[in-house]
Amino acid sequence: MVIYVFDGTFSGLLTAVFESFGRKHRQVKLVCEEHFEQDMFSETVRVTADKAKSERVWEGLKTKGGKEARKQFYSAFLSESAEIFQHLFDYALYVFNQPAGYANNFGNSHVLAVSQMAQKVHREKHRMEAFIRFQKSGNGLFFAVVSPDYNVLPLILKHFKDRYADQVWVIYDERRKYGIHYDLHHVHEVTFDFKPEATTDQSQLAIAMDEKEELYTTLWKDYFKSTNIKERKNMKLHIQHVPKRYWRYLVEKEDDLRV
Amino acid sequence: MSERIREKLQILADAAKYDVSCSSSGSDRKNTSKGIGDTGSGICHSYTEDGRCVSLLKILLTNHCIYDCAFCVSRSSNDIKRAAFTVEEVVELTMNFYRRNYIEGLFLSSGIFKNADFTMERMLKIVKKLRLEENFNGYIHLKTIPGASEEMVTEAGLYADRMSINLEMPTELGLKMLAPEKSHEEVKKELGVIRNKFIQYADEKKIIKSVPKFVPAGQSTQMVVGATPESDKDIMGTADAYYKAFSLKRVYYSAYIPISHDSRMPVIGTQPSLIRENRLYQTDWLMRFYKFDVKEILNDQHPHLDMEIDPKLSWALRNPQAFPVDINTADYAMILRVPGIGLRSAQKVIAARQYGKLHIYQLKNLGISYNKAQYFIRCADSPFQLNEKEPHVLRRMILQNSKSKYARQPTNQLSLF
Repeated sequence: MVIYVFDGTFSGLLTAVFESFGRKHRQVKLVCEEHFEQDMFSETVRVTADKAKSERVWEGLKTKGGKEARKQFYSAFLSESAEIFQHLFDYALYVFNQPAGYANNFGNSHVLAVSQMAQKVHREKHRMEAFIRFQKSGNGLFFAVVSPDYNVLPLILKHFKDRYADQVWVIYDERRKYGIHYDLHHVHEVTFDFKPEATTDQSQLAIAMDEKEELYTTLWKDYFKSTNIKERKNMKLHIQHVPKRYWRYLVEKEDDLRV
Repeated sequence: MSERIREKLQILADAAKYDVSCSSSGSDRKNTSKGIGDTGSGICHSYTEDGRCVSLLKILLTNHCIYDCAFCVSRSSNDIKRAAFTVEEVVELTMNFYRRNYIEGLFLSSGIFKNADFTMERMLKIVKKLRLEENFNGYIHLKTIPGASEEMVTEAGLYADRMSINLEMPTELGLKMLAPEKSHEEVKKELGVIRNKFIQYADEKKIIKSVPKFVPAGQSTQMVVGATPESDKDIMGTADAYYKAFSLKRVYYSAYIPISHDSRMPVIGTQPSLIRENRLYQTDWLMRFYKFDVKEILNDQHPHLDMEIDPKLSWALRNPQAFPVDINTADYAMILRVPGIGLRSAQKVIAARQYGKLHIYQLKNLGISYNKAQYFIRCADSPFQLNEKEPHVLRRMILQNSKSKYARQPTNQLSLF
């Protein structure tokens, strides 16, 4: 089996697909550079991400699989899982080797794997749209810190841009150390090292809060308690919907976390 | 200052929470003018400890009320703290919660003070301020006040995404018993006003493109279940009739939670019948998405839903002649009727079988509940069966192999240590 080493980027993965067609390699093991260890017996191909090549594959995926399937392809990639990279690669080969429409053949293991992973990523995207909590700072900036399971900021960008069109906001992914910033016109990617834990000392707090911020977080916590019906208590369902790993970002759950 | 607003919010959120609807979907209001907010498929921003979704800021404008409905916490004879928001307070709360991504919008209801129109007018002021002054395009669910004038209700429809008015009790008889001042006729009148206006606007839209939106997410209603002695057949019969007559988007069923010592209703401390509520919703889903007629599920022979098994399984066991269904050849409508196969997996089955006959392992991967479905289907490699099992045997087998979330946990056992 031939080993393809790619740089871990989306464009790199698409280029790998392109290369495999040129070289007529059907059985390929796709490895991300950072996980690659040279072994003596396998043939290795180094893939360099190439804009023109990856765009052709990207176009081809639309022609053969359709827009919706292609969207799933990209979503699944954002899971950043090594296993899914291989599935995406084999999926692309499968779709290109079949007549149009086979991107919906869920009987095929790669199609199913990609669709299931896309579903998982989509759920995380949806959770972020739900669980992001902005805090308003003294200069009017609304900011939120998150740590999503998958790299979903590219997917939620449009939602927040459309919805909060008249306020400046930043959403920061502390796990991947980058954020998206909306300046009332465009959304930019921003990278800075932001450690909310480090600023325990009040005097060193990097961001001064808006004077009403505390009032509204308190009111929200009050509301959250008041709207609960005690007679219907169902903690299992509660935790199923709001898994504990998200609590630290949720204003209304942060007090429960301390208990 | 902040103490008073906190107290108001606690009182008026507490009083509003028995309205179960928290839907924020179905509208198509977009943020066109670089203002704030939009609507779409709806988002549950949080879930309370009872497992219910928190999507909207659900509050009463006031819990002062001239009516004395026995099933309601805000009834005039109840000795509780009363409060009322000002228009500005509701607007401020909505905007500040919305901007922090806490909510999808506002669900505004109210007790009736002075009279219906006076109350409706105040509610109208709030939605107009949000839409016209704050440029707010988020979701607004507005409760229609029973008895409010047609002009007022119609105007509100221009700003709200959804409007609703509650039937309260499943039958007129039940309602008269607990709330003599209210009637289903009044509810019908208000629902009819919105329905007719909705049709009128839709017709105009065919000719003129710039017709304003009118209640784009439609109307809904709610019934309290278990306060009065109606059968499941009565309840779903009423739901079906209202779905058809008023093209309602949703009917909500709310298990009665005893809140008063009134001898006409279950006593305080009685557990709300959550399982019954769940079975009613399942039936509702079968009617709306699975193309069942209500009479197939509930009729004179079967006026009550089976609490142990879901209504789809129950229907299947009563109709063994319809099974087994061949997954590889049956039409979509019939696949939808198989217990253990939901909407999405039915669609996947239809999509996947174009590429070859489906086998058991593929069905399992597609996400159907194979443990339940296996008794009702045939696929490419189904084992050959000499004779079909009797429905009551099947029922026992399925019950044994599944664990209901409602199964009683032995928590009340005496602990010795």
